[in-house]
Amino acid sequence: MLKEKLKRKANPAKELDFRSQSQIKDVWMRLRKNKLAMAGLIIVALIVLAALFAGVITPYDFDKQDLRARFTYPCLEHLLGTDNMGRDILTRIIYGARTSLLVSLVAVAIGLIIGGALGATVTFYGGKLEETVMRCLDVLMSIPPLILAVAISASLGVGKFNCAVAIGVSSIPSFARIIRASVLSIKDQEYIEAATACGVSKIKTIFTHVIPNSLAPIMVQGTLKIGDAIMMISSLSFIGLGVQPPTPEWGSMLAFGRDYIREFWPIVTFPGAAIMITLIAFNVLGDGLRDAMDPRLKQ
Amino acid sequence: MAKYVIKRFLMMILVLFGVLFVVFSINYISPVDPVDVIVGADAAPEIKEMKRQELGLDQPYWAQLGNYIKQVLTGSLGTSWNTKTDVMNDILTRFPTTLKMSIMAIALATAVGIPLGIISAVKQNSLLDYICTFLALIGASMPSFWLGLMLIIGFSLNLGWLPATGVATWQGYILPVIAIGIYPIATITRTTRASMLEVIRQDYIRTARAKGMMEKKIITKHALKNALIPVITIVGMQLGFVLGGVMVIEAVFNISGVGSLLKMAIGAKDNPTITGCVLFSSFAMCTVNLLVDILYAFIDPRIKAQYAKSGKKRGKPAGQGGQLHA
Repeated sequence: MLKEKLKRKANPAKELDFRSQSQIKDVWMRLRKNKLAMAGLIIVALIVLAALFAGVITPYDFDKQDLRARFTYPCLEHLLGTDNMGRDILTRIIYGARTSLLVSLVAVAIGLIIGGALGATVTFYGGKLEETVMRCLDVLMSIPPLILAVAISASLGVGKFNCAVAIGVSSIPSFARIIRASVLSIKDQEYIEAATACGVSKIKTIFTHVIPNSLAPIMVQGTLKIGDAIMMISSLSFIGLGVQPPTPEWGSMLAFGRDYIREFWPIVTFPGAAIMITLIAFNVLGDGLRDAMDPRLKQ
Repeated sequence: MAKYVIKRFLMMILVLFGVLFVVFSINYISPVDPVDVIVGADAAPEIKEMKRQELGLDQPYWAQLGNYIKQVLTGSLGTSWNTKTDVMNDILTRFPTTLKMSIMAIALATAVGIPLGIISAVKQNSLLDYICTFLALIGASMPSFWLGLMLIIGFSLNLGWLPATGVATWQGYILPVIAIGIYPIATITRTTRASMLEVIRQDYIRTARAKGMMEKKIITKHALKNALIPVITIVGMQLGFVLGGVMVIEAVFNISGVGSLLKMAIGAKDNPTITGCVLFSSFAMCTVNLLVDILYAFIDPRIKAQYAKSGKKRGKPAGQGGQLHA
């Protein structure tokens, strides 16, 4: 025991590492107790695995047409049926998960990195800079998010990356606001003062002390925003501004299936259900993470 | 109080100028040349140049922006490059449909969401609470356009009860309004539940119970009044979001509203109409937010007190989504 204590005293960095690890462990323990959040986590994990190993899971190609098997109702051969071109709907949904997750991750990363860095920096500096930037972000927030994403997407042109940029830019203000609240609560903490007293530059303090310590709320928001981004991608694709065919994407599957809903309901039912299940999973996981990080909220 | 309203109004004007600048710039930086879309990419360079001059696209950025601001200040949003019609006129012709659908959706969401939230909070951890919470979760995760398609399959194609497209009759509004209202219903239910749970744990509720007041009276007279304050903000915010999100629903039900006008303008690269629609949507959203803030100041005695007497602000007013619990 004594030996261990002495060792820790000799190496304070290691002790700090131990503490931070236990905090993550605490969050994980609390998250594990939340059955709904765990169910969400398992569904998210399954969707991610399905998206990653789409080629192994399904025997069909997402764009392979079989015109003799058009509009097949769910059966053993095609578990969710086939679409107007005889393509397997389940295969397209699985590959669609890959598109939706990838685009939403890029979109959230854009919003999180730009919004997070901008929010943290201006809040840490404070004064007129903070006031000006936050008012500019208010301007962006006063445009309905979908309309802003539509305007950016229409300007940049269609496609996966442009769709991610459009959604990412429209989420910058909300990320900046969240990190601002977090930075405001820690900018006067003693360790920040200590860093300043030691002569650490402001920029270095922001990136080595301020941002890492304000990450918790933004991680939760990031999880919730992935769900929002998936919804927005499918909305953009549905109105023809997002991911373009033949790339499978849930929203564009719904848009093209719309013409056949009179004759064949599975063509729109299953892609929409896939969006809903994914969003439920991300929402319960996000809520669970928030409760686990701040148990007071659950009360 | 008047000062507060004037201050918020001036702020809104500034924000709208910001939106104008942002939207104009987004269109300006577009890699797609609008002249190519209007006259065709294969058109002769002379024709393209003539069109560019005609539309004023040969001028520098600041001159184009300045001209546009001047135009907006005179109450005009320009002429559509595609249909040659007045953009403001086009929007105003279609806006009543969009507004009507949005208001009906929010009214539905409020009528359903608030009671569900109250029941859920009052019967916390009961089966009823779990059902309401689960329904709210599904509502928040369901894409409105998918619900729209499902409603068409169920009520129009299979049962034949309601029309699948258009809003020529009052029945035509039912399905789009339900589809648009589902997300606000979920959000209002969740907010009301959270707000009620917070209020019913307050000391004054405990005091009312200790004095032997009937539970029904405690909920309706004391808890609900206080719990509804943050809900009003959410209702206002939802109306703003609905005004934007209604675009997709208009596509599902083939309704001629501002959203469908924007969609057509995007296809034709009709920049004046695109900018006009986005600006108008933002204006509608800002107006709703302003009205909510004013309403807030009237119904919350704490904000009223801050502006009372000298008319000077004595503390920070609770704005949109602010924490209102003293």
